[in-house]
Parts: sequence; C-alpha cells; structure tokens
Amino acid sequence: MITMLRRPLFWLILLLAAVFAWLPLRGNNVALREDLILVAVAIVLTSNLNLMIGYTGYVNFGHIVFYGLGGYVGLYLATVRGWPLIPAALTAGVAVSLLALLFGLGILRLRGAYFALATIGVLVAVQAFVANFEPWGRSTGMYVAFESYAPMGGPRHALWTTYFLVIAVMALSLLLSLGIKASKFGLGLFAIREDEDAAIVLGVNATVYKAIIYSVSAFLPAVAGALMFFKNGMIDPSIAFEYMLSLEGIVMLMLGGSGTVAGAALGAGLYERLRSYLLTSPRLSDFHLVIAGGLLLLVIRLAPGGLIGWLYRLVPRSREVVE
Amino acid sequence: MTDILEVRAVSKRFGGLQAVGDVSFSLHEGEILGLIGPNGAGKTTLFNLVNGVYKADSGTISFAGGDITGRPPNEVVRLGLARTHQIVRPLQGMSVLENVIVGACFGRENQSMHNARATALEVLERVGLTKRAQTPARTLTLAGKKRLEVARALAARPKLLLLDEVLAGLNPTEIVQMIDLVRAIRDSGVSVFMIEHVMQAIMNLSDRIVVLNLGHKIAEAPPSEVVKNTDVVEAYLGFPDIVDKLRGLQ
Repeated sequence: MITMLRRPLFWLILLLAAVFAWLPLRGNNVALREDLILVAVAIVLTSNLNLMIGYTGYVNFGHIVFYGLGGYVGLYLATVRGWPLIPAALTAGVAVSLLALLFGLGILRLRGAYFALATIGVLVAVQAFVANFEPWGRSTGMYVAFESYAPMGGPRHALWTTYFLVIAVMALSLLLSLGIKASKFGLGLFAIREDEDAAIVLGVNATVYKAIIYSVSAFLPAVAGALMFFKNGMIDPSIAFEYMLSLEGIVMLMLGGSGTVAGAALGAGLYERLRSYLLTSPRLSDFHLVIAGGLLLLVIRLAPGGLIGWLYRLVPRSREVVE
Repeated sequence: MTDILEVRAVSKRFGGLQAVGDVSFSLHEGEILGLIGPNGAGKTTLFNLVNGVYKADSGTISFAGGDITGRPPNEVVRLGLARTHQIVRPLQGMSVLENVIVGACFGRENQSMHNARATALEVLERVGLTKRAQTPARTLTLAGKKRLEVARALAARPKLLLLDEVLAGLNPTEIVQMIDLVRAIRDSGVSVFMIEHVMQAIMNLSDRIVVLNLGHKIAEAPPSEVVKNTDVVEAYLGFPDIVDKLRGLQ
C-alpha cells in the first residue's frame, strides 16, 4: 500500500478526479458536468473491462451487462424499496458481483473465441430475462419517482451528489486497476493472459483467479450503473443493455492501450469526447459507429499497444511515470 | 534411501491409443532419474500424469509421502514438484525476470512479490541469464528459453524437478553448460527426473534410467545396464549392434 504512494500515476489519478470535480463547479456549469459524467462512466467501464481483456486476456463482449444490471438493482432498491442512494448502489454492486462470480465459474471454463461468444450469450440472456421480469417493469422498465430525490435535497442537489459519486467511482476504478497491476494477484492474471496452461504449471490457480477478476470487474460498473440510471430517472432493457456500448468499450480500450491503467482512461476519455461530438453534429450523427469500427481497425493494424503503447515506444522512459 | 516419487501402475488412454500402460517406478531422493524411449513412447505423457496436467485413468502417484493422484498442476507445484516444457512456453510479453518472478510467487514457498524478486535474481544468476533479465522473454534464443524454463521451475524452490528435453536443439557448447547446470541443481539437493534424447548426456548424468516403449516400461536400471539390456536395444533402438556404439560413448 505504501509503495502505491510513491507511484506518479496514483497522484495523477487523484488529480484527475479533483479536476473533474472542480471544473463544472466553477460557475455552476451544468452542461460541462453532463459531458464529464459521460467521460467518467466511460472510464469506469473501460478500466474495469481492461481487467478482463488487458490483464487476463479474456475478451468480454457483454461487459455492459454489469452496468445495466447494476442500474436495475440500484433503481429497484432506491425507488420501489425506498433505500437511500449510496446503500442501494453498493448493494447493486455486490449483487451483480456475486452473480458474475456464478456466471464466471460456468463460462470461464471456455477459452478464447468460445468465451467471447458466451459473454454475448450472457448479455442476450440477461436482457431477455429483464425484459420479461414483472417486478422490474418488463420492457417498459422503471421510473424514479420525483420524491426519491427529496432526501437528497431535491433533484438539483441530487444531480450534483450523483456526479461526485460517479467521479469517486471513476477514481476507485483506476486505483483498483493500478493496485491489481502491482499485486501478486495481478501478476497471476498477466501470466494467464500470456499462456494459461504454462501459468497453471507455474502454480497459478487459473480457475479461481479468472472467476475472481470477472466478478471484481463487475462491481464498480454496477455501482456506476445504479448511480447513472438514478440520475437519468428511468431505465428500460434497451438502454440498460446497449450492445453498442459494450463494443465501444473495447474500441476505447484498444485505442488507449489495453493492459495499461492510463491507456484505459485515455482511450475512454478521447473516444467519449469524439463520440459526443459526432452524435451531436447534425451531419455525422449516424456516422459514429463507422468511425469507431475504422478506428479499431487502424489501432489494431498500426499501433496494437494503443496510444500508451505508442508512447512507450517513442519515449521508453515514460513507462516509469505511467506504470 | 527414501523415495520422493512413487508411481504405481499408472495408465492413460487417449481414445484407442494406450499412451501409458501400467507403468510403475520410483525416484530416490537426491538422484537423477533419466527417462528415455523412442518418439511416441509416452514420455511426455508420463510427465503430464506426474505433474497433473492429465488425470491418470488408473494407478496412483505419491510425492514426498503424500498422494497427488489427480491433483491439478498448480497444487502439485505448491508441494514442490516443478517442471519444464519440451516445447518452451515462456510468457512471451513479460520480461525474463517477470517470468521467473511468477515461478517464485506461485511456487512451493508462495513468496511475496518482494521476496520473489530476490529469488528470481538469484536463480537467473545460477542459470546465467542475469544479463537478459529485463529483456522480453520472446526475444531469447532457444537456448535462452530453455534456461528460462529451468529458471522458472527452480524459482518454485522444488524438491523434485521434471526436465523435459532441456538439451534438444542446443549446440554442443550449450549442451555442456546445461549438463553442468543439471548437475549443480542436483548437488543443491533437488531430485531430478529428466526426459532426454541426447544419449551421451543422459548416460552420463543419470543415476538410473527408466525406458518406455509404446507406453510400457521395459527397463529400469543404471545406465551401464540399460545399454546392455537387449530388450531396450532391440525394442527401442531397433538394431542390436548399436550396443557397441553406446559403449564407445561411455
């Protein structure tokens, strides 16, 4: 833990969170806040996806399922059950993590493309289940009753509080990635990524490690989902489990540099800003997926290590600062 | 002399192929036991059975006094039974040092990252890879990768080391270095079980040799007797006059 304090990246993460929190506060800039919260969520999703893809070498196409399920559990607890937001969001995180542990023990026996296919199966199955689940409003979903914001000092305050909570979850996601990377557990994951059978022979309990990281990678996205859908005031199966977001998460990770903490954040930030620009520009709004696909091809072809990998090649010493 | 490894009536079948059939032998503590046999005799399969990559269809394996039959490789290495691979499997994207740290971290002593680093540096010194510690494992030559395999296994602080053809593909100088290394490992108190095709080396190194043919054990004896064993000579080498050639090598 103490060695973490000596790492530049640790302080950079805290600085990033502080800047995110401070920027929109200055002049009560709500538009900027809404932009930054999307960037923060993209960073949460991408850096947790990185734990699977970048650290362990298992491509998860259904990562968004954690976010959506977290949103559902959180919203259900906060509105139907009347829980305060923070316990509701944390419970959503724990519940989704436990579910992921169960899924993980099942599908993580598969390797490579078969695992990737199974994650698509999980996404489709969960969405179909939720769309038919009566307590969660089937395909119409759920709404946040206006009174739910009252304990937080009304909607205006609630939105700010939620924003700061999402920023905290973003910082925690990055610190989690950093901590795991520096740990023995992380070393075991990287060994699995490089050669799972060799890792097992060297003593890594791959079955348990994979299940744990799959479950861990579900926790903070689920918490973020609970916060975001509470802030948005509604949830339904098509927005909770948006396939495209799952795929775009992979684009963000590859763009920034999979396997690196900074890469996940950088890729998420850049791509999210680009996407927002394209979506709001009248001539290009349906064009952003074409650009996402093209970008992915370019990155894989020209810079498989992403922007961070490219930086390491250009300035080898930068690795010491960024890692 | 106590036995560190005892294999009793172990069999393994892949579909219609009896890869290992009813094989029994034991390995004394502190010895170098050689394992030879023609291609496809079941040598690597036997290694895979011993360290738990495959589960035996029948038979028992005990190591250091405990039953390890059917236990997975990651548990077996924790007990002190480490191995190398015939086809080298470095963790390509990681540095040489990191590869060895993995071995130390998850081996018998279950070391912390901090201690594992020290162990890894010490082991790299022993196998002569200190200068390459920071280079990516994928850039090593074949000889380097074989040394890395040995280093990773040694970092686990094993009581018994399984070496699967660590000499194959090496040039004569590298072979001599590797033979010295294997001797040094044994002298440090680690028992060794090794598969080898380089006859001169295995005859010189081994205290005893087990010979497999078509999945069955056809001999278990000191090298001097194995080369005289007509079963071995005929079944394994095919023509009896090779005996004289082997004698010439001794």
